[in-house]
Amino acid sequence: MVKIIYVEHNGARHEVNVPEGENLMEGAVQNNVPGIDGDCGGNAACATCHCYIPSEWQAVTGERSEQEDAMIELADTAKPNSRLACQIKASAAMEGMELHMPATQH
Amino acid sequence: MATQLQDTRITQSLPQGSVAWPLPPRTRPDLPNHDPATLEQYLRSAPLEEVDIADPLWWETDTNHVYFKRLRDEAPVFFTSQNSNRHRGFWNVTRWNDVMAVDTNHQVFSSEATLGGITLFDMDPDFIMPMFIAMDPPKHDVQRKAVNPIVSGQNLAGYESLIRERTQEVLDGLPRGEVFDWVDRVSIELTSRMLATLFGWPQERRRMLTYWSDISTSDPELPGNPGKEERQGILLGMLQEFTMLWNERVNAEPTGDLVSMLAHNPATRNMPPMEFMGNLVLLIVGGNDTTRNSISGGLYFLNKNPAEYDKLRANPALVENMVSEIIRYQTPLAHMRRTALQDTVLGGQLIHKGDKVVMWYVSANRDERVLDRPEEFIIDRPRARQHMSFGFGIHRCVGNRLAELQLKILWEEILKRFDKIEVVEEPERVPSAFVRGYKKMLVRIPA
Repeated sequence: MVKIIYVEHNGARHEVNVPEGENLMEGAVQNNVPGIDGDCGGNAACATCHCYIPSEWQAVTGERSEQEDAMIELADTAKPNSRLACQIKASAAMEGMELHMPATQH
Repeated sequence: MATQLQDTRITQSLPQGSVAWPLPPRTRPDLPNHDPATLEQYLRSAPLEEVDIADPLWWETDTNHVYFKRLRDEAPVFFTSQNSNRHRGFWNVTRWNDVMAVDTNHQVFSSEATLGGITLFDMDPDFIMPMFIAMDPPKHDVQRKAVNPIVSGQNLAGYESLIRERTQEVLDGLPRGEVFDWVDRVSIELTSRMLATLFGWPQERRRMLTYWSDISTSDPELPGNPGKEERQGILLGMLQEFTMLWNERVNAEPTGDLVSMLAHNPATRNMPPMEFMGNLVLLIVGGNDTTRNSISGGLYFLNKNPAEYDKLRANPALVENMVSEIIRYQTPLAHMRRTALQDTVLGGQLIHKGDKVVMWYVSANRDERVLDRPEEFIIDRPRARQHMSFGFGIHRCVGNRLAELQLKILWEEILKRFDKIEVVEEPERVPSAFVRGYKKMLVRIPA
């Protein structure tokens, strides 16, 4: 299990233990973390698990894929550190990582 | 200096008709009658290649699902050549995973209007309406982003109380103990009011938006519908009216409505008239037909599934989940179409460059391979949000959150007022393989 801290736009924090290898969208949806919907089921085909990765964690979360980049680019709330949580698999190196959410997503 | 759009009736003559028009007559199965039972029986055993599922017959009778079940099981990526002299033939993509593969591969599967666009029947080559849903990147992206803010979460929060007040007003005005048409009194009424607000269009003329939406998607071949040239004339009339609004707003301060947003955004302010018209059609149909039919469909499904209606009354907190289930079960747009830009393999089938590829959302939303009991309407279905109705990938519905909000508020307000709304006879359906909806649905609220 990897401890991930999902931080809502209003600052509310949700600590969740995500099994290693599971994607961080699933980790949120299965634990009813508000603000992450995961409408496409993890295909980087919507942007309802949009999140921001703090700079100190970017080395372990990797880069956007082409498809992921296309979806993020269409979001009003896109930032350079935007990712789709479904495209990040939990690993031991992410223990204690914070993942921030935009105010809304669609 | 901002661009003033010209009056297109003066600058653009009506097209002179195209080579393909009128379309040749379609072949239909030789059946004693066209009641749903006969049609379903036929679809259960007909050779797959004999069926042209684009025929409105299968849609006004709501019998198409029998054929799609067979395609999913027997031939999930299947080429229809029946009646290909009318539509050039098309690939049917019917399983969830294959639809997802097409929808997320815009590099291979194009939406471009000049290749035919995003519906099964090609856009008229002599009346091409560019619109961002029928564009590929990069132009698609910048135009979509020009209108995206109107349906952002922040903006929607501002609309919520307005939507609720209007919903209350419409529901409070409904008669008790008498039969009326739910489509007209509620579904169209609510969506046209919303649409008028989004466009900054005069509320008292809101039904014009409904009219134009219906004309945009109407089949010129069907009796009672305007023919091709008449339809084009009506749409040019729409353009003329909206051009006046554009010209008022283009040099004024931004007002936050769609016309103003298009007029002020660098990506859209210099659109040629046909492109302005195309984007109007997109936004009007997108905001009108779809939510309208989910409003009607939801009530119909609850009537067909009384145990679900009971469940809802017992627990109004289920509304939000039910809204997603309604949208899945209705699938207000039955398909989206793409054109292959190169040879490619999908579901084991070789698709050639230039082929028409039809993603049947209505079938993917019933795919037993990814959904549990997909044929059933279950308002507390787990993960109801995972449906295909909004599409996926870069063309995913931009107004999905607004649609959900409108439906959520409607059902919250219905539950506060009425114990039961009864559908008194089978609804009349739209005869279209694209807009899956209802023309008329008679209901009664017990006195």
